[in-house]
Amino acid sequence: MTDRQNSTTPRKILVLGATSGIAEATCRIWAAQGASFFLVARNAEKLAAVAADLKTRGASFVDTAIADLDDTDKHPALLAHAINSLTGMDVAYLAHGILGDQTHAEQDFNTAAQIIHTNFMAPVSLVTWLANFCVQRRSGTIAVLSSVAGDRGRKSNYVYGSSKAGLSAFLDGLRNRVDREGVKVVTIKPGPVRTAMTAGMPKSEKFADVDAVAEAIVKAVAKGKDTVYVPFQWRGIMFVVRHIPERVFKKLNL
Amino acid sequence: MPAAPPATEQLNLRVSEGQTPSAPFESWGRYPTYGATVIPLHWQNDFSAIAPSLLNGALPVGMGRSYGDACLLKDGNLLVTTGMNRLITFDPETGLLTAEAGITLAQILDFAVPRGFFLPVSPGTKYVTLGGAIANDIHGKNHHMAGTFGCHVTQFELVRSDGTRKLCSPMENPDWYAATIGGLGLTGFISWATLRLKPIVSRLIDYEGIQFHGIDEFLALTDESKDVEYTVSWVDVTSTGKNFARGIFMQGDHSAKRDTLLPSPKPKLVFPFDAPGFALNRLSVSLFNAAFFHKQFSKHSVAVQDYEPFFYPLDKVLHWNRMYGKRGLLQFQYVIPWEHAKEGTVAILHEVAKSGLASFLAVLKAFGDVPSPGMMSFPKPGITLALDFPIKQDRTFPLVHRLADMVYEFGGRLYPAKDAAMTAMQYQAFYPQWQQFARYRDPLLTSSFWERVTGETSGI
Ligand SMILES: Cc1cc2nc3c(=O)[nH]c(=O)nc-3n(C[C@H](O)[C@H](O)[C@H](O)COP(=O)(O)OP(=O)(O)OC[C@H]3O[C@@H](n4cnc5c(N)ncnc54)[C@H](O)[C@@H]3O)c2cc1C
Repeated sequence: MTDRQNSTTPRKILVLGATSGIAEATCRIWAAQGASFFLVARNAEKLAAVAADLKTRGASFVDTAIADLDDTDKHPALLAHAINSLTGMDVAYLAHGILGDQTHAEQDFNTAAQIIHTNFMAPVSLVTWLANFCVQRRSGTIAVLSSVAGDRGRKSNYVYGSSKAGLSAFLDGLRNRVDREGVKVVTIKPGPVRTAMTAGMPKSEKFADVDAVAEAIVKAVAKGKDTVYVPFQWRGIMFVVRHIPERVFKKLNL
Repeated sequence: MPAAPPATEQLNLRVSEGQTPSAPFESWGRYPTYGATVIPLHWQNDFSAIAPSLLNGALPVGMGRSYGDACLLKDGNLLVTTGMNRLITFDPETGLLTAEAGITLAQILDFAVPRGFFLPVSPGTKYVTLGGAIANDIHGKNHHMAGTFGCHVTQFELVRSDGTRKLCSPMENPDWYAATIGGLGLTGFISWATLRLKPIVSRLIDYEGIQFHGIDEFLALTDESKDVEYTVSWVDVTSTGKNFARGIFMQGDHSAKRDTLLPSPKPKLVFPFDAPGFALNRLSVSLFNAAFFHKQFSKHSVAVQDYEPFFYPLDKVLHWNRMYGKRGLLQFQYVIPWEHAKEGTVAILHEVAKSGLASFLAVLKAFGDVPSPGMMSFPKPGITLALDFPIKQDRTFPLVHRLADMVYEFGGRLYPAKDAAMTAMQYQAFYPQWQQFARYRDPLLTSSFWERVTGETSGI
């Protein structure tokens, strides 16, 4: 390994929502590079499976904690414990989130509020603590999974979309605040990703491959990019979608 | 739980309530195509969690690289395992790798090769899962030395639909171990397995290709290369007369010269569309075969090549099965024991040539005598030939049935993983132990193949 690679290979990574498919694929690449992990997720069995996988693939250290990240009161203690266990932190990777039930959320504010809490409020809490920790140290990268769905609300998933829109805007502002302090904020906007769910369906070939998405994320984090679309083609697609005039857009079935 | 639907409905509609509607799921041969409910599994416990809700039959499937209906369940639930692809442990001292059953051999190679390990047995494509490789007890170019895939599976966990879990190995639950290796996905759900990898020092293969004319020359070469690890032959099944049964004998060993063990590059070519029916006729296949034969310019050639093109020449073109168009293809693979291996193979090759039904890739190999641990495993000592036929109305099926009858007369049998045509009578003659095996079947699990060849239906 060359020095240059060494300097951009994250060593100590905190992963929130470590059992999400995209997070797992990303962590496999980091594990093969020998990274250390602190993994957080809700389900103990799934978390143990992910931890064993990363360890087998070459992670130099893996510690875990079971936590429901909706519980924002517990965030400070959880993060302190994680950073202690890792003896520092180079990258915090936020990958938890829920799609939620849009139809239900249209009728019931509590369902909508739950989606917004998990996808917006909880990350805001985590990122606030993490950013302040990084600013103190004048180093670190905070990488957050947002979504192309946040770029424009659509009738099929505007509750999820708006939670991600809020998150993206929050990260824009945070980046503006901490960039001069040596802290990187990377907003990741994936499009639809192929998973086992679409296996065997002809049209799933059009979805992005999760490993390719993971590779793009690893690169973006290494370079400390600002906002990345994965795969990158989504930047162009969302440019067009954002610029469809509202009088046309509101008539579309999207 | 909702009241059971009337019996007539149960027959037609296996899909349980509240699940996604049926979607077409294609096996590799693209024939037959049946609607099924595709349910992705991501975690080892997913099967136990959903089994109680699948009242009407289910089948675990991996990459769907079986050619016919062994990985299909018409109007049933297909449990796709590819999301279960985690590693569990690896011991670099012993080469023992434990992983979830949905991991593909490609993913295992990506992990193992840079660490100086290789698959103990590999089929002609790396896009198959660990679970699929066990359930079909697949064989490779080293069968004469290494036996089948199952010979290298030291243990696995079998989860039954009633929630019980069995650790299976030659020591523990040996009868379940034997029934599940080659057990066509019917004995239970394999959640994870341990495979013994073998050490290598190089990605490279020392390759040798030799032209042969006729089965006698093939047999002589087979005999001479007993100590070469990998051997396989390509045979031209379109030629008659003096070119009858000409082919290329290909053999190789892992190079002993210490060399790079870098990871593999990603495949790029994708066969992009369904070829129109006319693209695949007798002329184009003969031309292809002639070109392939003469690609081997001299009678004898030697090369050092990467393991990828040596083991997986077809994987370079993802979805090459589309070359056969929408109607798909029939595969046909037999083994005939030594006693009648030569006369049987000559007779079958004559029948194929006479039929004029093209086959692109005919693969000929001698199986060795390492016994398979599986009760229902296909390989046994003798000659195996794998052929493929594009599906042509009225002609392909009668030919394939005729060939199957010939295989039976010569004391051989057909490979379920490559079948969509054998009759129930033929299957039961090839595998007389099927009824004994059926006692190990999980009541929830069945396949279109199993229903076709046994007449048994599914469901609990
Ligand atoms: C180009 C090509 C070359 C090939 N070459 C060879 C060869 O050289 N030798 C050879 O032997 N075969 C060969 N095959 C066939 C292939 O290796 C087998 O069909 C293999 O089993 C496919 O694996 P899969 O993961 O796609 O399984 P599928 O086809 O999806 O399923 C195969 C069987 O495995 C069962 N199964 C899958 N996962 C589980 C699980 N977790 N628990 C229980 N049962 C399970 C299914 O129910 C089914 O019965 C080849 C196929 C192709 C397309």
